[in-house]
Amino acid sequence: MPGSKEHEQSREGKPAGNAIARAVGDPVSRRKFMALTGGSAAAAAFLAACGDDSGTTTTTAAKPSGTSETEQFGKGDIGILNYALTLEYLETAFYADVVKSGLFKGADLETIRKFGSEEAEHVAALTAAVKQLGGKPAPQPKTEFPLKSAKSVLELAGTVENLGAAAYLGQAANIESPEVLASALAIHSVEGRHAAALNTLLGKSITPDGAFAKPASAKTVLKSVEPFIVG
Amino acid sequence: MRNEELIHPELAGVHVAEADSEDLTRSEVILKGALAAGAVYGAVMVGPFVRRALAMSGGSDVDILNFALTLEYLEASFYDEAKTRVKASGELKSLIALLADDEKQHVEALTATIEQLGGKPVAEPKFDFPYGDTAGFLKLAQTLEDTGVSAYNGAGPAIKSKEVLGAAGSIVQVEARHAAAIRLQNGEEPSPEAFDPTLSEAQVLKAVKPLIA
Repeated sequence: MPGSKEHEQSREGKPAGNAIARAVGDPVSRRKFMALTGGSAAAAAFLAACGDDSGTTTTTAAKPSGTSETEQFGKGDIGILNYALTLEYLETAFYADVVKSGLFKGADLETIRKFGSEEAEHVAALTAAVKQLGGKPAPQPKTEFPLKSAKSVLELAGTVENLGAAAYLGQAANIESPEVLASALAIHSVEGRHAAALNTLLGKSITPDGAFAKPASAKTVLKSVEPFIVG
Repeated sequence: MRNEELIHPELAGVHVAEADSEDLTRSEVILKGALAAGAVYGAVMVGPFVRRALAMSGGSDVDILNFALTLEYLEASFYDEAKTRVKASGELKSLIALLADDEKQHVEALTATIEQLGGKPVAEPKFDFPYGDTAGFLKLAQTLEDTGVSAYNGAGPAIKSKEVLGAAGSIVQVEARHAAAIRLQNGEEPSPEAFDPTLSEAQVLKAVKPLIA
């Protein structure tokens, strides 16, 4: 990514509330879906709009209380960023453990290293973002992963990445500040790329949800990763 | 490897359109946000954010959806044509069929959503895809998919309605998955960067213009 010194230009910090106020004031935003979690409601609305009845029933994974589900990590955007940070810590630790396990060699090992280093970059960016917003970055969780065979590890990697992508998608519409959203989107699609690459290695569909990726609520995601967090 | 540079060697000189007075407020807000993001992410991320924010237009959600629809028309047409034009078998053949189907669904969904919002979906342009063989097809596919991801990511923060944003997110993730799969076909890294670059509407339209007949 092209480097730049432009960050020296401004320390103005908080974005003006205008854009947000206007977004909230937009009549479309206030329709009936407003009360629901943005991601899932949007996907449901969208699927309904395109008349696809194959996947609508499972788009309700995210509960209406989406925003408050990340409140245990902090208020508003800080909570969402810390939630994402926790997941990125988990992914980073997972890939580091996999590299150490010696289960992979050659091109596969390189892919795992690459994905791991990208997750580490996400950790660094999210940590900085939380601090910038005046929050306290979530602590790195202690993790433990079952690393029995190359096959089972790839399966787990696929599960984790697909879940990670769904987790970001589930929060997109809850994010208030445009710059946090821009960053989350830039990470979200990379998680989607990882997920598709792993699915390819596993001989699975690159788009398991079909043409429209499904979001996952924080509750669902946290429950799924709970077995890997040991402290 | 830098997507953006591969796709747009001319990006440095991109012209920023003048915004009208209402848009100025918005641009200003987004710019401030981007500068703040620069402070947050440091030199690594600030360049693209600031440039994109400067270039971002203050269009309505219908405008943004119509922009997305144009891209989806392009991708749908590209893969639909490839089903017969590209001599593919096995894995690649299945992949082309999958991509054609996904993009077609995106076209349908965007069209319906624009209508739901009371807008008028843009007409489908005629396209001309300049490639000679399978390798050429895959190269163009990679450019189109990576550009698609950057286009949606670039437009995301300008989307006003939360449900449209969620829907765009749902599509961009699928585009990212397509991009990764095509990159693997090309023997390239599925995720060349830790943060997908973003492109403004103007940049994207400039990039795809040669494909519009």
